[in-house]
Amino acid sequence: MSGLDAFLAMGGYAVFVWPAYAVALIVLGGLTAWSLGGYRRARRRLERLQRTVPGARRP
Amino acid sequence: MQRFANPARFMRLSAAVLPWCAGATVLLLAVGLYLALFVAPPDYQQGEAVRIMFVHVPAAWMASFVYASLALSSAIALIWRHPLADIAAQSAAPLGAGFTLLCLVSGSLWGEPMWGTWWVWDARLTSVLVLFFLYLGYIALVHAFDEPVRGARAGAILALVGVVNLPIIKFSVDWWNTLHQPASVFRIGGPTIAASMLWPLLIMALGFTLLFVTLLLIRMRTALIAAKIRALRMAEVERAAESAMLRHRAAS
Repeated sequence: MSGLDAFLAMGGYAVFVWPAYAVALIVLGGLTAWSLGGYRRARRRLERLQRTVPGARRP
Repeated sequence: MQRFANPARFMRLSAAVLPWCAGATVLLLAVGLYLALFVAPPDYQQGEAVRIMFVHVPAAWMASFVYASLALSSAIALIWRHPLADIAAQSAAPLGAGFTLLCLVSGSLWGEPMWGTWWVWDARLTSVLVLFFLYLGYIALVHAFDEPVRGARAGAILALVGVVNLPIIKFSVDWWNTLHQPASVFRIGGPTIAASMLWPLLIMALGFTLLFVTLLLIRMRTALIAAKIRALRMAEVERAAESAMLRHRAAS
């Protein structure tokens, strides 16, 4: 078995170790993408409002 | 404390801190993952399955830590009515729920090869499941009212009542017979875990903590921007109503 195969096999525990890391990536990556997406949307909306509404300044 | 409760000051401070938090998060998680997957040795009993620990244990610590922060913010919101405290609590809740879910799923994936079962209704596992439902209950309750202020108050009270669950989680492995192992890092007499595993674990935990701080700041900034948008829209509606009234008067 080559080095990479041995690493991926995780000593026979591959079906437990890799899903655990995959779930970590999905949950934490998902929270990050969701939070960043909401942040960008809110900032764009505020900028649009500040352009159209007279007298609206930066926060 | 009062100084940081000023939303404008918070926006300035958080804008300055945010890039550093984000950078440190990426660095710590990259180093932590490298150490966890390539450098830490396999366990003499568990073999390579022990690598699940580097995800599971930091997630479990965060699950409790984020709840403690949520409860503290709720207490500050109830007692001093700080404008940022409710926003902090509500911004933290989905993050805590995510860490708790990760703790439960990774624990299940660790339990099957080591204990021979995905799940068991013992004290530790059940109390963490209750923690997950507390997060979901808090989120649902906050959004269950037409008036946001009432939702925030109800949520804050639920968050404080739920604090009783935290010592139960911590000491469940000592108070009851459980499949779950007792603490091996935060214990009287020092850690019993080998340094070659402790360091990757601590770096991963620090990475998770900074990820939480980064996302919390981003979510709080988002909430403050949303409040600003609501205020601007309200002002716009009022101005429109005023000018309509003036036109009406001029016409009559």
